[in-house]
Amino acid sequence: MRRALLTGNEAIAEGALVAGCNFYVGYPITPSSEIMHYMAKELPKRGGIFFQAEDEIATINIAIGASWGGARVMTATSGPGFSLMQEGIGYAVMTETPLVVVNVMRAGPATGQATKPAQGDLMQARWGRHGDQVTPVLAPESPQECIELVIKAFAISEELRVPVIVLIDEFIAHMREVVKIPDKVKIPSRKRPKDHSQTPFGSPDPKIAPPMPPLGEGYYVLVTGSTHNERGYRDTRSFETHFKLVKRLWNKIWLNIDKLFNYEAWGIEDLEVSFVSFGSISRSVKKACRILRDKGIKAGYIRLKTLWPLKLEPLIKLSERSKIIIVPELNLGQLILDVERAIKSNVKVISYGKVGGGEPIYPSELVKLVIEVVKK
Amino acid sequence: MMLVEKHFSRKYLREETLPTLFCPGCFNGILINALSKAFEELGIEDLRKFVFVSGIGCSSWIPSPYIKADSLHTLHGRAIPVAIGVKLAKPELEVVVIAGDGDLASIGLGHLIHAARRNIDIVTILVNNYVYGMTRGQVSPTTPIGIKTPTTPYGTFEYPLDICKVIEATNANYVARWTIAHFKQLKDSIKDVLSKITRGFRFIEVVAPCMTYVSRRLGKTPVDTIKDLLRESIMINKFNVKKDKITVGIFKLEDKPGYIELYREYIRRAKLE
Repeated sequence: MRRALLTGNEAIAEGALVAGCNFYVGYPITPSSEIMHYMAKELPKRGGIFFQAEDEIATINIAIGASWGGARVMTATSGPGFSLMQEGIGYAVMTETPLVVVNVMRAGPATGQATKPAQGDLMQARWGRHGDQVTPVLAPESPQECIELVIKAFAISEELRVPVIVLIDEFIAHMREVVKIPDKVKIPSRKRPKDHSQTPFGSPDPKIAPPMPPLGEGYYVLVTGSTHNERGYRDTRSFETHFKLVKRLWNKIWLNIDKLFNYEAWGIEDLEVSFVSFGSISRSVKKACRILRDKGIKAGYIRLKTLWPLKLEPLIKLSERSKIIIVPELNLGQLILDVERAIKSNVKVISYGKVGGGEPIYPSELVKLVIEVVKK
Repeated sequence: MMLVEKHFSRKYLREETLPTLFCPGCFNGILINALSKAFEELGIEDLRKFVFVSGIGCSSWIPSPYIKADSLHTLHGRAIPVAIGVKLAKPELEVVVIAGDGDLASIGLGHLIHAARRNIDIVTILVNNYVYGMTRGQVSPTTPIGIKTPTTPYGTFEYPLDICKVIEATNANYVARWTIAHFKQLKDSIKDVLSKITRGFRFIEVVAPCMTYVSRRLGKTPVDTIKDLLRESIMINKFNVKKDKITVGIFKLEDKPGYIELYREYIRRAKLE
């Protein structure tokens, strides 16, 4: 265990290195570039590969090739680059390629405000690819958690053969905090087929990813983004093959939801006002809850560490206990859609969204909002 | 009972996938034959140390599924980046990209030029069939002027791209162009890039007009097409460069260190600091 004063971006890079990442590919983009700088400095010294590609489309596809080549791969980007990577992430889902994609969110759409934070890519992280697919999305709230969740992202990606997305924003990317870095972590090593009879794209147990054959060892593996059978052969016409494949890829994640889903809750046993949030804004929520409790208002929160796949039960329970739920987020209202979907009672749900200019949501704003609503 | 010996190329192919789904008269078969002959003459027993990477399009089906080797059939235009990833992660493997003009000279042109600029240690075979064959023959960056396609129903007028000249201007080690009518030369070039020049970016363009959407529309049979290709091509080492001719030959042959060697040197420097 080491202690260090790191920014979120540096913590992402440190977490990746601890997790055994030996291949980084990326393209410069604000506010994620420091992750790339860190890896550019560290990886060559350790005999790993650092590669600056010509664009983000090349980046994600190089990452996919490297992963099939046996490397433990990460890339990091920000909004516009993340948009360019979507097709490749979909290919990684279809071909069951482990890799970690970090998206440091900035204010969009388009070029937007490159240096300013936002949380507007929540829905894109979940649904950015065409077709039916599910990709795990993790959301740390601090540099410490950047380390922990990047390590977890690698573990999930290797175990389930799936790309995993880590969402942070410019606040976390550039805030500096003391972190504890573990010396070593255990990431499951990639499962290889026991023999040639084990199929690389089919698994008898829907919860378990099929083994991933290494290249160059006579498995003659066929990797394709087209619909394929268990052996990798294209079958672009039959209903059965397509349905079986996309359903298996879908179930592989959803059936493992207990392993994947994680959240933090505070003060939810006894409350009237609650908050649901993720990422940097949760820090203001925590402060606001403490202030409100001091003022005698029973406030609590749920903070989602896993944004996808999402378990609705905690939100349902919260909605049964609260009179008011406030959903503060650095966008115009995305997480609130989940809260509204989860509600089974007639609790009041308030969206509190703002974005741009590097404006955070201050604890005082939330306190003021709650007092106003409670008075009514 | 008559004993028929298997064709030598069968050991390089996934027999259960044959016959191929290519159109009658498609020249992809001639390229498969040239590749097989080159492997055979180089004494390559099987292709387990090869990784083929292709994109989306007719020629991308040559390795996926027909060639018996590890193969990655990637997104449209992205064969080169995936190949780079594989090569950097496993440099001991021979990585070969086979894709078409739509893939490499249009949607993926940026990747092609940058891979050549970096002299990345992969072999790239561009099968130039002049059109987007798989999507019914639309105009591509290499379609000769005047040809009618579904998206140029009154005849193409855009200037086509001479892709070999583009790659020649980069740091690639090897650049050659042959038509499907130059079988021996094509096979020898494939042997060159697997045995003579074994590092850096090696590029071969194979002119193989689409039978279904180019030649047949012009009323030509496969045999007519091959004869015309011979008539219409001119060797690069002749001085009488003519317009409307297909320049064939080896444009460039160097043996500079490729990306992998340069990166190893870079790692060595990094470790010293």
